[in-house]
Amino acid sequence: MHRAARRRSAVSEELEVIAPSKLAIENVSRNFQSASGPVLALDRVSLNVAEGEFVCLVGASGCGKTTLLNIIAGLERPDSGRVLADGKPVTGPGRERLVMFQEPALFPWLDVFGNVLFPLKLKPNLTNKDRRDVAKYYLELVGLSRFERANIHELSGGMKQRVSLARALAPNPRVLLMDEPFAALDALTREQLYGDIQEIWKARKKTIVFVTHNVREAACLGDRVLLFSPHPGRIHEEFAVNLPRPRDINSVDLAAYATQIMKALKSFGQAEAAVSR
Amino acid sequence: MKRFLLAAAFFAVLLLIWDVAFRAKIWSPVLLPSPWQVAGYLESAAVDGTLAKATVITMRRLLIGYFIGLIAGLPLGLLTARWKLFGDTIGTMALGLQTLPSVCWVPLALLWFGQTEAAMLFVVVMGTLWSVVIATETGVRNVPPIFRRAALTMGSKRLHMWFKVILPAALPFIVSGMKQGWAFAWRSLMAAEIFVTILTGFGLGQLLHYGRELSAMDQVIAIMLVIVVIGLLADKIFFSPIEKFLHRRWGTSQA
Repeated sequence: MHRAARRRSAVSEELEVIAPSKLAIENVSRNFQSASGPVLALDRVSLNVAEGEFVCLVGASGCGKTTLLNIIAGLERPDSGRVLADGKPVTGPGRERLVMFQEPALFPWLDVFGNVLFPLKLKPNLTNKDRRDVAKYYLELVGLSRFERANIHELSGGMKQRVSLARALAPNPRVLLMDEPFAALDALTREQLYGDIQEIWKARKKTIVFVTHNVREAACLGDRVLLFSPHPGRIHEEFAVNLPRPRDINSVDLAAYATQIMKALKSFGQAEAAVSR
Repeated sequence: MKRFLLAAAFFAVLLLIWDVAFRAKIWSPVLLPSPWQVAGYLESAAVDGTLAKATVITMRRLLIGYFIGLIAGLPLGLLTARWKLFGDTIGTMALGLQTLPSVCWVPLALLWFGQTEAAMLFVVVMGTLWSVVIATETGVRNVPPIFRRAALTMGSKRLHMWFKVILPAALPFIVSGMKQGWAFAWRSLMAAEIFVTILTGFGLGQLLHYGRELSAMDQVIAIMLVIVVIGLLADKIFFSPIEKFLHRRWGTSQA
């Protein structure tokens, strides 16, 4: 009786909405060696992300936005500068900052449930029953309870990304890093996921950094949209999106924001073309 | 059920053709015994225990050698995939030795170990080991980097990464390597048993050998049948379920 009570509390503690993290990116630079010499992927990029903020990084491919995301995740090291999460320097990957990749990156040797359970098994101080309960909770949150025992290859692209989302949310990270997670999906599925992600963001209170090259998507999801310019990768311009949530990707107000951002994106695209000429 | 009946009918027809060929006396009965003679040998060998004893001896050699090969091959494969130094040395050696037909180990084993169980074991291990090393290495190298990165962000590292991510991800390759290793081990053991008439126990290969010495064609064919059936059973009981599981999970099935 006593034990049962304690176990319930472990799960509810695990499912508690925890304080999201604050991120500080300070003067981060990163070089790559390419066939045609060194490329400055990121040039002294600085950026603050508030607790619970939804920030979108937009830019053409090759502007360093994915590199920045990987650096925040701790998967890559900057050549100079540093990233602070809640004031502590990021030195490697960690459960506090989970990544959702463009490809689902789900493990084909596990079923849906096993995939969501995977990060939880790496979390200490939980019983196996707690872990199963938590995994069930998140599968329900993304609407896939019925597919617990399905194999990964049996899922559609949208379902796979939902499982990825459940897997990323399961260990209750403070930060969610999303690298074009919806780029490979069809428009209809994407629209559903825009709604879902906003709802989940609201319910679970995460700091989200979201990389995309889709301007509309950025305006729909972000509190702030940061426009990156390539060669060298820099933050070119910043837009605050002051629209009520949940936002509909097809709304007219949103289109106005998207047009504004698109215009800026095109302007320096032309400027760059002029320079290279 | 229908599939089973069809298969049964197929083998019945084969037996019938054999029986007809025997009755037609195209070949001398010494060279082609009737199915009933072969069955008779199998029955008597089963009753007096020769068959069971030989099978146990052969299987023991095979299984011990095979598992030594597996246990040594898996970590070697991991090492060669993980560190360049091992890849350049052990990896290259494994690649070379894998091309060597495993029968070729028999003369060397005989000279090194004499007419002993050690010689048998050595041949079986050599048959298994290199296939497993190569398959494990290939499997690990083919693990998509994204799995590693995803696992890293979830807090997996070192041993957990190896056992819960890299090895399972490489499983399809490793299983096909295990299967190839099994086939090589089985072939090389038979060759060894036929060549090496050691005194510590008569395996199936030796029964085959003595069948030839005595021109006992019923024995030769009967033992060949037993060897075929063991190979089939190993596949159906051990490898098929694993492969079925992999196909189902990875979605690579051909029904």
